Amino acid sequence: MMFDSMKISIRNGRLIDPASGIDREADLHCADGKVLAIGAAPAGFQPDRTLDARGLVVCPGLVDLSARLREPGDEQKATIASETRAAAAAGITTLCCPPDTKPIIDSPAVAQLVHQISARHGLARVLPAGAITRGLDGGQITEMAALKEAGCPVLSQGDRPIRNAQVLLRALEYASTFGLTLFLQPLDADLSEGGCAHQGAVSTRLGLPGIPEAAETVAVARALALAEQTGARIHFRGLSSARGAELLVEARRRGIRASGDCAIHQLFLTEDNLHGFNSNCHLLPPLRTVADRQSLRVAVAEGAIQALCSDHQPHDADAKQAPFPETIPGISALETLLPLALCLVAEGMLDLPTAIARLTTGPAEVLRPDLGRLTPGGNADVCVFDPAETWVLSPETLVSHGHNTPFLGMEFKGRVRWTLLGGRMVFERS
Amino acid sequence: MNATNIQLDAAGNLKHLLTVEGLSRELLTAILDQAEGFTGVTQQAVKKVPLCRGKVIANLFFETSTRTRTTFELAAKRLSADVLNLNIAASSTSKGETLLDTLHNLEAMHVDMFVVRHSASGAAHFIAEQAAPHVSVINAGDGRHAHPTQGLLDMFTIRRHKGGFEHLRVAIVGDILHSRVARSQIAALNTLGAAEIRVIGPRTLIPDAAESLGVRVCHDLREGVRDADVVIMLRLQRERMSGALLPSAHEYYQLYGLTEERLSTARPDAIVMHPGPINRGVEMDSQVADGPRSVILEQVSNGIAIRMAVIAMCIGTQNLRGLGAEATYDV
Repeated sequence: MMFDSMKISIRNGRLIDPASGIDREADLHCADGKVLAIGAAPAGFQPDRTLDARGLVVCPGLVDLSARLREPGDEQKATIASETRAAAAAGITTLCCPPDTKPIIDSPAVAQLVHQISARHGLARVLPAGAITRGLDGGQITEMAALKEAGCPVLSQGDRPIRNAQVLLRALEYASTFGLTLFLQPLDADLSEGGCAHQGAVSTRLGLPGIPEAAETVAVARALALAEQTGARIHFRGLSSARGAELLVEARRRGIRASGDCAIHQLFLTEDNLHGFNSNCHLLPPLRTVADRQSLRVAVAEGAIQALCSDHQPHDADAKQAPFPETIPGISALETLLPLALCLVAEGMLDLPTAIARLTTGPAEVLRPDLGRLTPGGNADVCVFDPAETWVLSPETLVSHGHNTPFLGMEFKGRVRWTLLGGRMVFERS
Repeated sequence: MNATNIQLDAAGNLKHLLTVEGLSRELLTAILDQAEGFTGVTQQAVKKVPLCRGKVIANLFFETSTRTRTTFELAAKRLSADVLNLNIAASSTSKGETLLDTLHNLEAMHVDMFVVRHSASGAAHFIAEQAAPHVSVINAGDGRHAHPTQGLLDMFTIRRHKGGFEHLRVAIVGDILHSRVARSQIAALNTLGAAEIRVIGPRTLIPDAAESLGVRVCHDLREGVRDADVVIMLRLQRERMSGALLPSAHEYYQLYGLTEERLSTARPDAIVMHPGPINRGVEMDSQVADGPRSVILEQVSNGIAIRMAVIAMCIGTQNLRGLGAEATYDV
């Protein structure tokens, strides 16, 4: 462990804890890695360090449902060390990494390896999603009980869909035996095959093979039908269309146990950003229309989409140095998660406590409900940020090894000052 | 960020030709006029002009092509340039690294212009962005995106027969979805002010958002060619003739194959075009292909003049370097 757990008091900040509904100026006291008290310090409490958070916001450490760390297997892109350092600098204390590493997280050994490496660096809580099928091949289900035992709180296929509905049905039944939620990327394998852009006016103009909206709605509808059939719990990882979000809302109204998130960049970018063949806007699911973006924003504001995530995908430069269709999709996004959420607040889409809820309690409810909150006795995972500090995203300010982001050069308002993980200071901006 | 600005230098001169989109009517007309001037060269006893003497032009073909590569080569040679032909097998894992490495190696050999064909949409843009500032890039076809010299040579052919574009009804028949030729033709016709552009084919071969390109969509061939001044037939790739896009070449020909009889509703002086190579008995009947209204072979000859014009213009823009035109060009 790099940093020791201390007794810390964070004084005079605006404390926002969506889980308990607190939004007021209050002190936060931590000891032994746990939240000790909110408000007055217990009698005789002697902090080792006191942080003056006057003018700052104090909230639970952020929980990110999808961040690729590239280790094991793609260390030329990034490592657990580099990306958890970036997470700490971005106020993110819990990361769920998809199982599409090399080797794939389809056995307890690989899951344990990820836990061991991340624990050695101690910069973020890394919770690996176990694979639903062995080798992510969409055929043979994994030893799900063993994966759960090895510290995989959820299961996922990454971005490799299960084509066979029978396999998905069985996977749902088997996973629900152990109370495991399946993360499903809502993208039909056949309807999205070969595509690299939303099928619409822009892909038509640029001659880019399209991915129709139906690639999402078909996958959502199929998964919802199977969830209804089995009573299993599913989570749509990365909704991109208005209609996809609507289907989720209708299903929840009928009592189907389903939830969803979207990558925060889907609330800012659209298909129009592809003009000029900007490979940093090559994403999966693809950027869709202005109308989709608006509907997703409303769904996030109303809570139909309960979690925003980074969908962090750091790449080396080569991955984006090719003609658009041959580039690898994804954005290096950890360090824009909170800043973009604060943009939504500035634009009046969300109030600040709601924005923080979508980054803490919303995702935690799916992943591990004890996280993403500041409850006395609970983990002291804390993010303290200055809502007024302006800064510009640049290759120099990025901590992640991935510099593939279309937001380079953009000015943001709001920046993390301190991050505490289990009561230890894992990031401090000097 | 803008897809089209990259093609022009600060003074608005043509530096790269990547797509017809974003080029003004004046510029397109200037290219057609320049090509008109070059048609004389091909009829001289000595078929050469010294405009590009000492320049090196590399034909960088990641996709096989005979007609386009040959006419580019002839065009460059008639301008007295030195030509390198590189056929890079499409089967090799044409990753970005390979492409960039190839590019930088050729730049090290002091190549002045790349003529690029690639199976991925946006490949020519990518190369233009990555190339050294003194190098010009001409798109000889990128994926489904654009084939601007084909679009321009078709405009040249149309203008020679029809005089202008203002009152023209143009029908484009076939696989619009996968056609870079159609996209370039549509962009050029719209810029040049054609009265009406219709695209004709089954829904599987017409993009949902086709109308956003500025065309009218039609699924019936007879209706589509009615009163048309120009009928352009697109090539149907063999791999699209079966599977889920089309049931068979036979049914396609029954519905969309051009015959003299089906052409009877077009204007009497209508011309018939095809970018080649033709699948006889699929896109059109031999009677039409070889008939009096067909201008298909003229298109090939005109391709040389258009490509000479585009090469000469881009090299001309390079020659302006240092004269102030490039001073504020931001790469």
